[in-house]
Amino acid sequence: MFKYFEPNKIFSITSKAPKYVLLLFIIILSIGLTEALIFSPEDYKQSQSVRIMYVHVPAAWTCLGIFSIITFLSTTGYIFKIRNFFLISKSLAPSGFVFNIIALVTGSIWGKPTWGTWWAWDARITSMLILALFYILYLIAWRIYDDNDKAFKATSFITILGIINVPIIKYSVDWWNTLHQPASINILSKSSIHLSMLYPLLIMTAAFALFSLLIFLMKYNTELIKIKNKGLDRL
Amino acid sequence: MYGRKVKLRFFFVLIILFILSLSVFLILKSLKDNVVYFKSPTEVKALAEINKKKIRIGGMVKNDSILMKEKELNFIVTDFKNEINVVYSGLIPNLFSEGKGVVAEGFLKDKSLFLATKILAKHDENYMPPEVKSALEEK
Repeated sequence: MFKYFEPNKIFSITSKAPKYVLLLFIIILSIGLTEALIFSPEDYKQSQSVRIMYVHVPAAWTCLGIFSIITFLSTTGYIFKIRNFFLISKSLAPSGFVFNIIALVTGSIWGKPTWGTWWAWDARITSMLILALFYILYLIAWRIYDDNDKAFKATSFITILGIINVPIIKYSVDWWNTLHQPASINILSKSSIHLSMLYPLLIMTAAFALFSLLIFLMKYNTELIKIKNKGLDRL
Repeated sequence: MYGRKVKLRFFFVLIILFILSLSVFLILKSLKDNVVYFKSPTEVKALAEINKKKIRIGGMVKNDSILMKEKELNFIVTDFKNEINVVYSGLIPNLFSEGKGVVAEGFLKDKSLFLATKILAKHDENYMPPEVKSALEEK
């Protein structure tokens, strides 16, 4: 049923949508940044360095979310042979990778004043680094395979391999002793982060998700143009 | 409903996922000692022998246990069951304080004395403004 997306119809949406998404992104990002950098209080213990968290945590969430979406789309795309899903995954991956790097770098910057070290080989940090390696592998796979069918198979295999790491990242802080602190935000029980700090965090997450959507739409647009140029009328 | 090939591919994905997660699980289980970043005082007590390799221990800094001498810092790491005395000289991270988490890297002298070469402060999951913290303490 997904086979009969018409590139022209999708194209008319994806070519117009970016400017609206960009506008929305700029609005949400400016609200988020003023909340996070100016209005939100400093932390009782880490004082101003808590503000790094407003970039670090949303970036980590976004990159994990994108990897999960990519895996879902690639495996269902592989099972049901839906070409379009692979193109969506391919267009989503770069922003996921960028946010992964941002999470690692900001974590490192936060770690120096708080922990007293730039880097620690603890389970959370190492598994996040492994996720970045899987992103690299995924992006390289698209580059080296000229043949689409081979690229589809290779990339879906890479995502299946990589997705095992995602629950490990999530629960690493509970399963093992790590230097990284356990999760502060729990959906089921009370969060250990104060509300005045939670709101900017959520707004920043929305901003990062919108940014990923923006980059996705632009990348996807390019993919559609490529298909049009090849003279294929169906995805 | 779905073709035979679709079902085949579906089970293929399931089997790959199952086998890979199982192998990752087994690898992590057998490497457990290396995956943990530090050992708690109770785990140190349970060690069969003390080897000369560098290890990391972690826990809470016991209240009123920090003792500053000229060039030496003494404090007690506790997990509220067992305790280890730590001796250290060098840079101390800003967040190092009593009643807070700490990870010390160094060598075990015996099961209750640890010579640290590096100290890291462990942050907990609580984030709040200072006013809320003082309000909580007054309660």
